[in-house]
Amino acid sequence: MIEVSGITKEFGRFTAVNGLSFSVAKGEVLGFLGPNGAGKTTTMRILTGFIPATRGTAVVAGHDILSEPLEAKRKIGYLPENPPLYPEMTVFDYLDFVARIKGVPRERRRARVDESLERCSIGDVRDKLTGKLSKGYRQRVGLAQALVHEPEVLILDEPTAGLDPKQINETRALVRSLGGDHTVVLSTHILPEVVMTCDRVVILNKGSVVAQGTTESLIDQFRKEEHLHVTVEGPERDVLSTLRSQDGVLAADAVRGEGEVLTYRLSIAPDAPGEPGKNVRREIAARLVRAGYGLLDLHQEGTTLEEVYLRVVSSEEPGVAP
Amino acid sequence: MMENAANVWALARREVQSYFASPVAYVVLALFIFLFGYFFADYLFVFLERSMGRGGFGGPTETLNLNQDLIRYVFLTTSVLLLFLVPMVTMRAFAEEIRSGTIELLLTSPLTDFQIVLGKFLGAIFLYAAMLALTLPHMAILFFFGDPEWEPLLVGYLGMFLLGCAFISFGLVFSSLTRNQIVAGFLTFGTFLFLWLIEYAESWAGAASGLVTYLSVTKHLDEFAKGVIDSRDVIYYLTFIGLGLFLSKQSLESLRWRG
Repeated sequence: MIEVSGITKEFGRFTAVNGLSFSVAKGEVLGFLGPNGAGKTTTMRILTGFIPATRGTAVVAGHDILSEPLEAKRKIGYLPENPPLYPEMTVFDYLDFVARIKGVPRERRRARVDESLERCSIGDVRDKLTGKLSKGYRQRVGLAQALVHEPEVLILDEPTAGLDPKQINETRALVRSLGGDHTVVLSTHILPEVVMTCDRVVILNKGSVVAQGTTESLIDQFRKEEHLHVTVEGPERDVLSTLRSQDGVLAADAVRGEGEVLTYRLSIAPDAPGEPGKNVRREIAARLVRAGYGLLDLHQEGTTLEEVYLRVVSSEEPGVAP
Repeated sequence: MMENAANVWALARREVQSYFASPVAYVVLALFIFLFGYFFADYLFVFLERSMGRGGFGGPTETLNLNQDLIRYVFLTTSVLLLFLVPMVTMRAFAEEIRSGTIELLLTSPLTDFQIVLGKFLGAIFLYAAMLALTLPHMAILFFFGDPEWEPLLVGYLGMFLLGCAFISFGLVFSSLTRNQIVAGFLTFGTFLFLWLIEYAESWAGAASGLVTYLSVTKHLDEFAKGVIDSRDVIYYLTFIGLGLFLSKQSLESLRWRG
């Protein structure tokens, strides 16, 4: 549904986006994740035809955004970072205006406006001036505006920015419910949002894709080392030397417990993608039991998307390809 | 074609709604009709005095014509009022959209840049037409108490309309250059002032004075105000309007590149 290849955007000597490529399948919800200034907004502005890319192509719903802008734009609903509202218009007049310029035929206009009012639960403010609305309502009117012409593709720039926790949850649920019928691209710098609402993630940093894939695959992909927690009954010194002498164990330290029952945290090198540390774990368990210590617990420390994110955005080397 | 018209209409309609939902339209209309009324009354008293032979002091009685000796000057003075009223109408057109970010909505909608410019243009023309309409009661007074000819009057209005359209098209250009509507307003006003003042260039321009005065906006209005349609004047205004719309479109396009 969206096919982006090699997009670069330069503002003077500053490169905001550098050779970006990705694609989004029909009905998928894709999340752009990245720190401020990573190029998320610039990429979205290129996709929606607001600004042209310096190099590269973007094809949305089968139409190249540069060579067939009108056809492509008809199929895109866009919520910019700040909802583009005219403060002197009422919510209803505003949505009616957007429906007109998006080319909704006259006979369907009324029904479309009513439906997007309902979908974003803003029916109660339909006759209020948009300039008088609270931030939460403004954001939802912005969302209604993006939906009013039933676009195949929705591009939402930080749809939950500035909302309170309840509104954030409602907006996420709304975005989730839009996937399937619509292809959605949203940007955020909030990690849990991506896990909750997106099927797939593209992590951007300094204008380049540093990682992309499903959240699970990203976690696997970036698992460079594994942490094990082992609780053993036995003298600390002996247990430590036993653990440290095992192949594949990079470091071991006691982290909690008292007396002879202690929990040790081990860093180990993963030996195979997908099942890191499996062999080492087996070896460690066998070794400890053989030495006569009481093995009380052994478990793997979970790697979260957060760790992956922090690792990829703080590392200097760009472009870790999937 | 139908779609073009529908898009331009939707934009112009919103523009007019927004003029009348904010104080802009009312301030401009009130200011205009107050100043117009003042000058109209002033010229009317002068006209009456002259026609009564200098108030009966035995001066020569002049044969005066309502069209040539009153309406003509009313139109010329009105054109000077437009020098600063039109910038008030057009200054926010694009500047406000750029500042508030609504330009992003327009530029990501299935509209061409020219449709957007045309929508703004028609919206402003509607407000301008409302200004001109407010002057009709004054003219009606002349018809009630005197008998001016209506053909030259219509030609005068045509000239005023063309002049207004020309001013509006250039106001849009300046509005699209900045996100600050005050800056847009002053740039517009300064340019109009310059185009008005070069009428008096004859004193310094020497051999080029013919060309320079041809550029003067108000000079061309005089023929219309007298009731004469000269194709040179019509072409002047149409060129002016076309150039303004073209430059606005170019400026809007460059906005995308400026990001």
